[in-house]
Amino acid sequence: VRMRSRIPVILLACGSFNPITNMHMRLFELARDHLHQTGQYQVIEGIMSPVGDSYGKQGLVSARHRVAMARLALETSDWIRVDPWESQQDTWTETVKVLRHHYNEALRTFQSKEFTRNKLPMESSTVDSLSCQQPVLPELKLLCGADFLQTFKTPNLWKEEDIKEIVEKFGLVCISRAGSDPSQLIQDSELLSKFQHNIFLVREWIQNEISSTQIRSALCRGLSVKYLIPDSVIAYIAQHNIYTAESERTNQGQLLQPLRLQSTDLNPLRD
Amino acid sequence: DPDTKTEVVLLACGSFNPITNMHLRLFELAKDYFHETGKYKVVKGIISPVGDAYKKKGLISANHRVTMAKLATKNSDWVEVDDWESCQSEWLETLKVLRYHQQKLLSADVTNSLQDAVPITKLGRKRKQEPNRHEPIKKKSQSPVVKSVPQVKLLCGSDMLESFGVPNLWKLEDITEIVEKHGLVCISRAGSNVQKFIYESDILWRHKNNIHLVEEWITNDISSTKIRRALRRGQSVRYLVPDVVRAYIERQGLYSAASEDTNAGLLLAPLQKHASDPRSSQA
Repeated sequence: VRMRSRIPVILLACGSFNPITNMHMRLFELARDHLHQTGQYQVIEGIMSPVGDSYGKQGLVSARHRVAMARLALETSDWIRVDPWESQQDTWTETVKVLRHHYNEALRTFQSKEFTRNKLPMESSTVDSLSCQQPVLPELKLLCGADFLQTFKTPNLWKEEDIKEIVEKFGLVCISRAGSDPSQLIQDSELLSKFQHNIFLVREWIQNEISSTQIRSALCRGLSVKYLIPDSVIAYIAQHNIYTAESERTNQGQLLQPLRLQSTDLNPLRD
Repeated sequence: DPDTKTEVVLLACGSFNPITNMHLRLFELAKDYFHETGKYKVVKGIISPVGDAYKKKGLISANHRVTMAKLATKNSDWVEVDDWESCQSEWLETLKVLRYHQQKLLSADVTNSLQDAVPITKLGRKRKQEPNRHEPIKKKSQSPVVKSVPQVKLLCGSDMLESFGVPNLWKLEDITEIVEKHGLVCISRAGSNVQKFIYESDILWRHKNNIHLVEEWITNDISSTKIRRALRRGQSVRYLVPDVVRAYIERQGLYSAASEDTNAGLLLAPLQKHASDPRSSQA
């Protein structure tokens, strides 16, 4: 009897990560556990994609630092990594474009693996369990919080076709707090309810709402953030004196890039 | 002026089954709070895991709990673990642990004072104390007032404070002595009922100046119960407990359905002890 292979999944989280916190990393762990417990998926990778500086959000420090901090934080993770592609783009990039980019990358990797596998003679001892089965194309899903889902409702904020592409072609893994339940939100939207099979709702029962804004505020006041963000990130912040009253004034008075464009692709997840 | 600040030692008693990032945060929050008052200086934090004789359901061996706490505080320069309480064969009231640590500080101070004292001109004695002579004299000239012994305060969450109301869990005179002679530092979530609880208790109200309420604005509700539950279900607890603790739990295979059944059906030690004691009453 051939074992039905699980669908490989890559999780992508977009955001400011200003700075990265233990909560951000928890989202990945929660999403992975949830998908594994369905019995249908195998999460093979997690990607954290910090937004570029051109996003123009107030208090957003240089991408160089945000990427470095995320890298330090994820040093001990064997499956989550930071990808600087988005942060390296000259202009702000819509979420759907980031998804497309990473999907293409994943596809490329998958295809080269398949190519290699088909070229080489199969030796039973070196064949891994996955390749015994029919190779399955990986899926890329957007990892986010429930507030992100909320923003779909705001008129003119999103292009309908972008939302459709995100939920249809990719999929969402949405983490929500113990108190809230976004399933109503999904039912209220024709588009979302149509693709609800591709929207995974994960409840976080262990409340751990460490917002980056609060972290920055604590740092500016000289308060401790130990055990909320990794020690290595705390050390980095201190070493480079990243968060100050001045850094908090970056982009002050400026409109967020997506709002500046007449485009309606806003990603308010960027916390 | 550092000389006029009252030195404080924070003592946290609990199961620490296992220790979590939230426990560790309590210390950080309390320290920041005291520092901001300008009147206190936190000099040490002590984690004192409860002994196995507490008989709480799901309580695993003190050896493991102490080890995990030590791993978690390895890179802290001011918080340490004390296993005295966990080594006792019988369960100890929290007040006794407070008294023990306060006494320990007093004794340490007395020893230091003896060394500081001007050596008695006795044959033989003088020579022994000679080498120390210059140091203490220097100290004395800088701070003519003898520095007071650090005060040990009980660090806790609002759940412990509110547990004062659970029948037979605490002795009224213990609660009184804790708030009167030592002091409480209670970390609570924004919007909790702690203030109301204090208001409704005559004892607590009377000593409210010695009850320091610290509000935690960053929601961080990582309870050990939830950690154990996640572990039983094969879920990740990464970023909720220090990585070294997580690794230790994994290596040792701690926390299962079986371990959760430890002490099942048994009465908690303080309840057992005070059930028949007529003096026990709520705060």
